[in-house]
Amino acid sequence: MNNMENLYRQVIMDHYKNPRHKGLVNDEHYHTSHIKNPTCGDDITIQSRVEDGIVKDIRHEGTGCSICCSSASVMSEVLVGKTVEEAEKILETYLNMLTNKEYDEEVELEDAIAYQGVSKFPARIKCASIAWKAFEDTLKESE
Amino acid sequence: MDANRIKQDFQVYEDKTLCYLDSAASSLKPDRVINVLDEYYKKYGVNVHRGVYNLSYIATEKYESSRQTIADFINADFDEVIFTRGASNALNVVALSYGMAHVNEGDEIIVNELEHHSQLLPWQQVAKAKKAKLVYIPLTIEGRITTENFQKVLTNKTKVVAINHTSNVMGYITPLEEIIPLAHEVGAVVSVDAAQGVPHQKIDVKSLDADFLAFSGHKMLGPTGIGVLYGKEALLKEMSPVEYGGDMIDSVEKYESVAKDAPYKFETGTPPIGEAIALGEAVRYIEELGYENIREHEQALKEYTIKEMQKIEGVTIYNPTVETGIIAFNIDGVHPHDAVTYFDGDNICMRAGHHCAQLVTRWLNVVATLRISYYVYNTFEDADQFLTSLKGAVAFFKSVGF
Repeated sequence: MNNMENLYRQVIMDHYKNPRHKGLVNDEHYHTSHIKNPTCGDDITIQSRVEDGIVKDIRHEGTGCSICCSSASVMSEVLVGKTVEEAEKILETYLNMLTNKEYDEEVELEDAIAYQGVSKFPARIKCASIAWKAFEDTLKESE
Repeated sequence: MDANRIKQDFQVYEDKTLCYLDSAASSLKPDRVINVLDEYYKKYGVNVHRGVYNLSYIATEKYESSRQTIADFINADFDEVIFTRGASNALNVVALSYGMAHVNEGDEIIVNELEHHSQLLPWQQVAKAKKAKLVYIPLTIEGRITTENFQKVLTNKTKVVAINHTSNVMGYITPLEEIIPLAHEVGAVVSVDAAQGVPHQKIDVKSLDADFLAFSGHKMLGPTGIGVLYGKEALLKEMSPVEYGGDMIDSVEKYESVAKDAPYKFETGTPPIGEAIALGEAVRYIEELGYENIREHEQALKEYTIKEMQKIEGVTIYNPTVETGIIAFNIDGVHPHDAVTYFDGDNICMRAGHHCAQLVTRWLNVVATLRISYYVYNTFEDADQFLTSLKGAVAFFKSVGF
């Protein structure tokens, strides 16, 4: 029997159909990272603006499956307003959760917890992580 | 053909729920092929062409006898069969050796959007290096290559035609028996990617008159890491090796060296010996099954599946007129990667993506497609399992709001 309901949570579908923070901006205060997954064609660009150690804004644009696109939207909502340190902690926790590694359950993942089910679908871990990895790249650029 | 009986030849089918529909990516491997591979590693796993001792003699005999089996299989001469790492490797040899030596500035190389990256990209590199022009055959509205459209781009400047036998995305068979003579009329050489052809239908390189023809072992019930490049003897004779080193050389002086004749000058270093021998076993297995039976079986499965798929609302088939066992489709509004996870949940293996042919995916104006592909071990039960799952997938994605 298929257990697809574990993957396609309401939060995920909501963000897939009504993405937040979508669309890139032409602003030099933003750092940009573009990641492609050539095997499936997922293609995502993330922009972030960090000021005084706080993630002020995240933008995203791209094409991909529902898991990939929605995760960019969820990530933007969760991380905007956080300090860089908090964002990095959430990012690390989130990626550990996806890959079935031990993770700090004390860290508040907010809506990103909806992706917990992805760990049961190893072939989809990449879909759920590329937006987050692209965000990580933009942080490195800001340093 | 009794596919349920054939399934028993494949240990992987001990999993009775497995529905494997991705043979165009890689076929399953029958036990007897694996046993031959095993036998090489267990009983005479030594090098070829070097040792004067008995074990090496056995390995060499079996390796070369497999070459003869493959030569007979495609109606080539013994010296025209080069063992490669696969079809990609073989097609690269053609471009790097023949292409780099014969294509000049202003020459034209005919390709098309259906080509697998392994056929397209090597010629893209040759064109760049030599300032030659890549020319694309316009595809028909169905996405086919026709002789008529081929003639539109064929000129006296055409030096090479790089073309597939069967498209790996659309499953269409190219009218090579018409295209090749036309290409030869203008003096062009034709390099055929037959990776999707040889597993499914009889190919006679002499009657086809292809100049080069490449295929992979792992798509035709053989091991990975082994493939074949066929080349006409006269062409191979004057071509230079691509890689230099052990086993391919005749005599070596301090500043000069002389390569062996074909096929050995293209087989540098220790080849995949067990894999080459096991490929010969795969050929025998295919011959025992019979190409007529294979074609007929795949046709029947394809006809049935397309007819049933067309009854399901919300499914788009991109190649409904296809003549082989490859079906390209999507569930409307659902990204193929989302869809394939559903099928995976029902233990159905299929491809989702651009299938190493980004140009045709773009031509279809989609981000990616789903693809099922049938082979000898697929049954009507497999088709039904797929169709049931497809109906379930359409309903599921609708229910969660796609």
